[in-house]
Amino acid sequence: MAKRAAPEVNAGSMADIAFLLLIFFLVTTTIEVDSGINRKLPPMEESEDNVIIKQKNIFTVLLNGKDQLLVEDELMELKDLRAAAIEFLDNGGDGSCDYCSGKKDPASSDNPDKAIISLKNERETTYKTYIAVQNELVAAYNVLRDQRAKKLYGTSFSEMEANYKDVNWPGNKDKLKEKIDRIKTEYPQKLSEVQ
Amino acid sequence: MSKFKKKKSGALPAISTASLPDIVFMLLFFFMVATVMRQNTLMIENNLPFADQVEKLDKKDLVMYIYAGKPSDNYKQYGTEAKIQLNDKFADVNEIAAFIAAERASKREELIPFLTTALKVDSDANMGLIGDIKQELRKVNALKINYTTKKGSVLGNN
Repeated sequence: MAKRAAPEVNAGSMADIAFLLLIFFLVTTTIEVDSGINRKLPPMEESEDNVIIKQKNIFTVLLNGKDQLLVEDELMELKDLRAAAIEFLDNGGDGSCDYCSGKKDPASSDNPDKAIISLKNERETTYKTYIAVQNELVAAYNVLRDQRAKKLYGTSFSEMEANYKDVNWPGNKDKLKEKIDRIKTEYPQKLSEVQ
Repeated sequence: MSKFKKKKSGALPAISTASLPDIVFMLLFFFMVATVMRQNTLMIENNLPFADQVEKLDKKDLVMYIYAGKPSDNYKQYGTEAKIQLNDKFADVNEIAAFIAAERASKREELIPFLTTALKVDSDANMGLIGDIKQELRKVNALKINYTTKKGSVLGNN
């Protein structure tokens, strides 16, 4: 039997085919954004029993229609907001918060559990400013939680949360959850929005 | 003598294009992997704002998208005021409740509490519209929301 070599397939047009596909995918690609700031809306039915909150425990942030920022009745630049919010939350005015590192100013918030940030915006406020402010306020909480996590467990809070979500993480998840919950109760995110 | 008089041909040698398919394939695979086919055709401008404290939205099937922004150039006849888009058409604020109900009906019952509403809103829209959307969402008890943003410094917003 004569051994016949298989004829070579001409691959010269492979590049053309690949180009065709490439151009199709180039045109149809939209790299979708799938990250953002998570928030929880308050439920509709509101409990009517008025809880009395001391004025000093409320940090008012007001955004007007011209995108100006009024924090505690003073005009403020966006870049200073994070520091101001951290100072307010970490104040620990009544001494009940032994982990706070703030100034312990009696005129500011009692402890992080009681401190509430109240955000009010007008209908004319633009969305980007609102997101920037939300971002800064969330950042203030994250900074404090990170600080606390570093002190207690030597890792940052965001890393702990990432580990908790990671299925391949080898450590003990129940213990980690406990740690996360502890930090969350020490610095609860109390951000209320006024309609 | 002719030894020294070797004539150089003036034309450059042709570049080998043998590895061109490999390069093209490499690009092709990148785009094939990175591509997400759009579910909705956007009829609005959707330039998302920037933020850096973002969390990733996992479980894509448990997300309902609400778009808002001013109509894009092809839909000028709808005006320049920011509008809401649900699925493939413009909608009114009071249609959100029906939209959420329809989305919920299409999911398995035990997954309904985990549904998140992603708000993809143009950075130039104003908060009045968002406030209305949020109010509607509260009415139908869809409380988990996510303001979809691009990753970046908030100072890039201006």
